[in-house]
Amino acid sequence: MPERDYNPHPSEGGLVKPPVLEPGHTFASVSDKISAIVLARRTPKGWIFGFAVSFLLTMVLLYAVTYLFLTGIGIWGNNVPVAWAFDIINFVWWIGIGHAGTLISAILLLMRQQWRTSINRFAEAMTLFAVACAALFPLIHLGRPWVFHWLFPYPNVMALMPQFRSPLMWDVFAVSTYATVSLLFWFIGLIPDLATLRDRAKNLVFKKLYGILAMGWRGSARHWHRYEMAYLLLAGLATPLVVSVHTVVSFDFAVGLLPGWHATIFPPYFVAGAIFAGFAMVLTLTIPIRKFYGLEDFITMRHLDNMAKVLLATGLLVAYGYMMETFLAWYSGNPFEEYTIANRMRGPYAPAYWALILCNVLVPQALWSQRVRKNVLVLWVVAMVVNVGMWLERFIIIVTSLHRDFLPSSWEMYYPTIWDFATLFGTIGLFVALLFLFIRFLPLISIFEMRALVRETQETGRGEVSKRDS
Amino acid sequence: MTLNPPIFGLLAEFHSPEELLLAARRAYQQGYREMDAYSPFPVEGLAEAIGHHRTRLPLIVLIGGLIGCVSGFLLQYWASVIHYPLNVGGRPLNSWPAFVPITFETTVLFAAISAVLGMLALNRLPMPYHPVFNVERFALASRNRFFLAIETRDPKFDYARTRQFLESLTPHGVFDIDR
Repeated sequence: MPERDYNPHPSEGGLVKPPVLEPGHTFASVSDKISAIVLARRTPKGWIFGFAVSFLLTMVLLYAVTYLFLTGIGIWGNNVPVAWAFDIINFVWWIGIGHAGTLISAILLLMRQQWRTSINRFAEAMTLFAVACAALFPLIHLGRPWVFHWLFPYPNVMALMPQFRSPLMWDVFAVSTYATVSLLFWFIGLIPDLATLRDRAKNLVFKKLYGILAMGWRGSARHWHRYEMAYLLLAGLATPLVVSVHTVVSFDFAVGLLPGWHATIFPPYFVAGAIFAGFAMVLTLTIPIRKFYGLEDFITMRHLDNMAKVLLATGLLVAYGYMMETFLAWYSGNPFEEYTIANRMRGPYAPAYWALILCNVLVPQALWSQRVRKNVLVLWVVAMVVNVGMWLERFIIIVTSLHRDFLPSSWEMYYPTIWDFATLFGTIGLFVALLFLFIRFLPLISIFEMRALVRETQETGRGEVSKRDS
Repeated sequence: MTLNPPIFGLLAEFHSPEELLLAARRAYQQGYREMDAYSPFPVEGLAEAIGHHRTRLPLIVLIGGLIGCVSGFLLQYWASVIHYPLNVGGRPLNSWPAFVPITFETTVLFAAISAVLGMLALNRLPMPYHPVFNVERFALASRNRFFLAIETRDPKFDYARTRQFLESLTPHGVFDIDR
C-alpha cells in the first residue's frame, strides 16, 4: 500500500502525520484480518523456512549447553582476570532488549499513546522471549548449574540462606519478578483475543485449546470493568519494575570496586541503553513482519517514525552516558580510572570501542532526517547497527574493565572461543524460533484494542466514518 | 403472571456500542437489575449503565502489595539477623538499605499476582460453561456485535413483557438463552 499523506488534525494544519490506523477499517475487518494470520490452514512457506533455520540454531544452543554441562566452564574463553565475559555480556544484552516491550505496553499506556496499540502485543512477546534467553546465561554460567535452586531462599538441610546484601542476589529477585510480571501482563492482554480465536476457529482441537486458555471470557461489561482496572494497575506496577530491573543489573557492576564499573552514572545509563537496544530490536523485527504479513494498515509509517524518534532520543542519552563516563574518569584524577578509559580508546580492544561509538553514537544521528525515518530499509539497517552496537557496549564495559585492573602482573587478554559464539547465536535462534511460534499460534496484534481504536478514530473524526457492519 | 419458560434469560443483539449503551440505560431505568451487557471491547460507561460502579480490585492489589513488602523484608531480616547472623567488620546485622531492592521486587510481584488472580476471581473466571454461549449468534460478541442480556432471576422479569421491552429498543434480534 502506498504511504499516503493524511492529516489527522486538519485544524492544526502544517504537520502532516500518517494515522495510527489506516482509515476504512471496521470492528469486523480488524478482527478478521488479524485472526486470519493465526487461523489460516496453510502455513506460509516463508514461515516454515524461517522456523527451520532458527530451530537449527536452537539445536546448536542445545549442543553447546550439553557440551558445557558435560565438560565445564573451561570450554569458554573466560578465565582470571576476565572471569565474566560472554555469559554476562549476553545476559545484559538480552535483558536490555526486553525492556522496550514493557516500555511500550506499560509506560506508553499510562501516557495514553494511541500508537502503542498495534505494536504492544508483539513487543511484550519479544520481552518474554528475550528474558527467557537472558535468564539462561546466569543459570548456565554457574559452575554447577544443577544446584541453581540454591539461589533461592528456601528451608534446606544445610541451614543456609542466600546473601541478601549482594547485588547478584537482587538480580535473582529482579529478573524472576520481571519474567513473572511480563508473563502475567502478556497473558492478561491475550484473554479477550483468545476468546475471539475460540469463537472463530474451525479446527476443533484449536477451538478447544483456545477455549481453555480464554477461560470462558464472554466480554461482559462487569468483566471488562475489572479487566481494565487490572490492566491499568499492572501497567502501573510494571513501570517502576522495568526501571528497577536494569538498575539492579547495573548494580552488579557499579557496586564492585573495579575502575570502569564503579560509577554512579551506571543505573540511569543502563536503563537508557536498555530502552535504546529494545527499540532497535522492535524495529528490526516489526519491519520485516509488517511487510511479510501485509500489516501496513495497522503498523503504519507513524509507528515506525515514532519508534525511530525514541531510538534517537535514547541514543542521545546513551551518548551522554559515554561522555560522562569519560569525563568523570579524567575529573576524578584517579590514575586507575584514567587508565581504564585510555585503555579502552587506545588499548588492544580499541577497535571494539570505536566500533561501539560508530554504531551507538554516530549512525543513529541519521535518524534526525525525516527521509531516513521514512525509508523503511535504511531504518532497518540503522536498527540492526544499534543491535550490534549495544552488544559491543556490554563487551567493552565488561572485558576492558576486567582485563587490566590494578596490578599489571595480573593483566591478561580475553579471546572468546567457538563455544562462546555457539551459545550467543544459539540464543538468537531460540529467540527467533519462539517468535515464529508466537506469530503462528497467537494474534501478534491485540485485536480487542484495535477494535477500540477503530471506534476512537471514528469518534474523533481522525478516520473516515466507515460502515460498521460487514 | 405469565409462567416463565425454563430459560436463562433473553438476549438482544445490537450493531454499535452506542445502541447497546442506550439500551442498557433504558433497561436500568425500567427497573431491571439482573442483566449483563456484552461487547467485543471495553465500552466506556457500560458497566455503570447496568449498575456496576465500583470494583474492590485496587484494594486487593494494595493488600497484596503490602503483604509482599512486609514478607520480603521479614525474610531478609530473619535470614540476616536471626537465622544466620554474620558479623562483617562490626556492621549492623539489620542493614536495611541493602534489603530495599528485594523488598521492592517482592512488593511488585505480590501486587501483580494479586491483580491477576483478583481480577479472575471477581469475574468468576475460569468459567467453563455459561448459558449465554448457547445462543449461536453470541459467537459474534467477540467480533463486532453487542448484546444485552436480561436474566430470568430478575424480579421484574416477565417473558412476554421483557421480550416486548427488548424489541422496543430496535435490536437486530432477540433470542431466548437456553439453560
